Amino acid sequence: MNRIAALVFAFLVVLAAPAHAVQPDEIMADPAKEARARELSRELRCMVCQNQSIDDSEAPLARDLRLLVRERISAGDTDKQVIDFLVARYGEYVLLKPRLERQTLLLWLLTPLALGGGALALWLQNRRRLKLASADGDARLKLSPDEEARLEKLIAEQAPADKPQ
Amino acid sequence: MIAEAGHYALVLALALALIQSTVPVIGARLRDPALMNVARSTALAQLLFVGLSFLALVTLHVTSDFSVANVYENSHSLKPLIYKITGVWGNHEGSMLLWVSILALFGGMVAAFGNNLPLSLRSLALAVQAWVSTAFYLFILITSNPFLRLANAPIEGRDLNPVLQDPGLAIHPPMLYLGYVGFSISFSFAVAALIEGRIDAAWARWVRPWTLMAWIFLTLGIAMGSYWAYYELGWGGWWFWDPVENASLMPWLAGTALLHSAVVMEKRNALKVWTILLAILTFSLSLLGTFLVRSGVLTSVHAFATDPTRGVFILLILCLFIGGSLSLYAWRASALKQGGLFAPISREGSLVLNNLLLTTACATVFIGTLYPLGLEVLTGERISVGAPFFNLTFAPLFVPLLLAVPFGPLLAWKRGDLLGAGQRLFAAGGVALVTIAVLWAWTRGGSAFAPLAIGLAVFVIAGALTDLAERCMLFRVPLSIAFRRARGLPRASWGTVFAHAGVGVALIGIVCESTWNTELITTLKPNDVAKVAGYELKLDNLAQRQGPNFAELLAHFTVSEGGKTIGVMTPSKRNFTTRAASTTEAALMSRGVSQLYISLGDASANGGIAVRIYHKPMVLLIWFGPVLMAFGGLLSLSDRRLRVGAPKPAKASRSLQPAE
Repeated sequence: MNRIAALVFAFLVVLAAPAHAVQPDEIMADPAKEARARELSRELRCMVCQNQSIDDSEAPLARDLRLLVRERISAGDTDKQVIDFLVARYGEYVLLKPRLERQTLLLWLLTPLALGGGALALWLQNRRRLKLASADGDARLKLSPDEEARLEKLIAEQAPADKPQ
Repeated sequence: MIAEAGHYALVLALALALIQSTVPVIGARLRDPALMNVARSTALAQLLFVGLSFLALVTLHVTSDFSVANVYENSHSLKPLIYKITGVWGNHEGSMLLWVSILALFGGMVAAFGNNLPLSLRSLALAVQAWVSTAFYLFILITSNPFLRLANAPIEGRDLNPVLQDPGLAIHPPMLYLGYVGFSISFSFAVAALIEGRIDAAWARWVRPWTLMAWIFLTLGIAMGSYWAYYELGWGGWWFWDPVENASLMPWLAGTALLHSAVVMEKRNALKVWTILLAILTFSLSLLGTFLVRSGVLTSVHAFATDPTRGVFILLILCLFIGGSLSLYAWRASALKQGGLFAPISREGSLVLNNLLLTTACATVFIGTLYPLGLEVLTGERISVGAPFFNLTFAPLFVPLLLAVPFGPLLAWKRGDLLGAGQRLFAAGGVALVTIAVLWAWTRGGSAFAPLAIGLAVFVIAGALTDLAERCMLFRVPLSIAFRRARGLPRASWGTVFAHAGVGVALIGIVCESTWNTELITTLKPNDVAKVAGYELKLDNLAQRQGPNFAELLAHFTVSEGGKTIGVMTPSKRNFTTRAASTTEAALMSRGVSQLYISLGDASANGGIAVRIYHKPMVLLIWFGPVLMAFGGLLSLSDRRLRVGAPKPAKASRSLQPAE
């Protein structure tokens, strides 16, 4: 119940407060490190917000996380170490781009599967229709027994008429 | 009195919808024209009553009648008039009322202008339309009545959420709903065709203008919403892959696919079964969007579980309509005859490729939006799917799509000549390559991706112009004849050119903004100067000002370029006392299609203020693109062929046939 209240509250705060993410006092002295921090911040979720990265969010938690990311970077962590550290602390939920794991298999594979499956279905259908069409064509060229009989009759009728008497 | 009248009008509309959903179906079964014609009069009467109900709510909001709960919760007597009106749909109950009003509007338009439709198709389609409206009238009356009274009327209202007090609210939701709900027409026609078991090229021609109209509104609605977020939220983003945005993007992607496959059906009588499916899916995605936004499921799965009435009700509507229509499709689709053979390399083939990529893109957005919800419900595990995921999966689908766009219109129907089309696109490709080379040289050491993406965009635009030049035989006949040919082209061809060029224009904006955006975050005191992208911005002073229902802190900036003053910018921060909430009002200055953007942060102790200043190159193209696309749609909609209406089918097929 508390968590719901916290979420609702966070939601209200996010809506109410003008979004004003990175504050001037947070920025690191080294521009290269700051750029890395910004890059990482965009991939991390502000956990009390509705679909906002910590880079965009105004919530106090997002600020804490931004400072934490910068702290890890100045301690000399690589990007991967920073991410691992945050996941160990806050769980997978903190990642805006989930890692490929057993439970996210379908999420990542759906796009290639849909594309491949769709293309395959189209190819099969095209082949089937071409086959049908050519089979249809063959059938149309052959005369049915009825038509054969009619043709015979017509020729038979025509033949005596042609003979000059 | 007005509230009760509005409520009663809504109940009457429900009664009319019930008649409209049954009598015409019986009429179609019995082949009784009188019974079938009931659909027409009930649809018009329904529009009248829903309109009255909507007007009643508007009146209550304008007159600040705080004895009505909806007005009390979302209005304030000091609010400017325009926000009193737009506040009507700035809340759950009112926005659902707008939803059904637009549904009734489309039903009424089919009834009023659908004279060239076969009687049975029109009445069945209107009946299906009434099934949808019945469900939503019940939803409003049972779970979200906007006309509820309060026992003790308060003196003052609680005001509208300040973020929503913006002209954007006047345009964005109605546009979006006109798009969302407009797709209900193609849905109703698809279901009616399935019930009748008869479908032909004429069907596509009747349905296409409605689909096109819905698509135009949805395109503009999404673009408008994006621009609104851009200037209102204060950090200069324009697309966040937020589930609410995704909810509107999914019907747009499916609707774009539908528009293209309907062309094939209209011209070549092929892809019929697929077009019907797309028509069903597009509106289903609109319903899904309504569910996502209106049920509270997005805020949290738990919020949904604590107050389930609304959510469960919409979920039921969703299952009923999507499940029902797809079952009907599975049952009847095989009865529809396939027609029109074509080779893989042909105009049809290119439109099939378009459909494949667009539906895959739509499926990607779908899974990304719903996966976290599904996973949490099933396993309790929580994951996030945000912008980085969508950028990675969605963008690659658009590269082949955009590469194929210029080829499509140059291929012939049935069997096309890819090599020939390639030769005619030689100039377009050349222009694109030169663009890439120049940009590469110019931004040496920068992103390699941006010049390629802009090259692709230029290829799309040049390809659209090539199509136009080919059609009027520019450079092959004297200029005056080419000009005359251009004037004689069907407007639909012009529409294609504009819409396709619009895609390229938007892409240029997107790439430039995200690659060469300059940002400065700093604290400024009065008389400090900030330098961004060659511009000098001097903070002159900070001032307090009182607005109608807010107090604001206003910063006054003088902007100069190379020592010459070019203007002033006044970003502000507003505090709304009633809700104890604040908003940032960013200041924008357009320089050509680029923009300077300032938004204010918190004031610091030493008399300074935190500011974010951006220079966003070419940013306006992001929204000019969709406007061009919508303009293309409008041109196509005004095509004589659609204006005059579909040709009447031969007498024999016009006589009523029983559903097989």
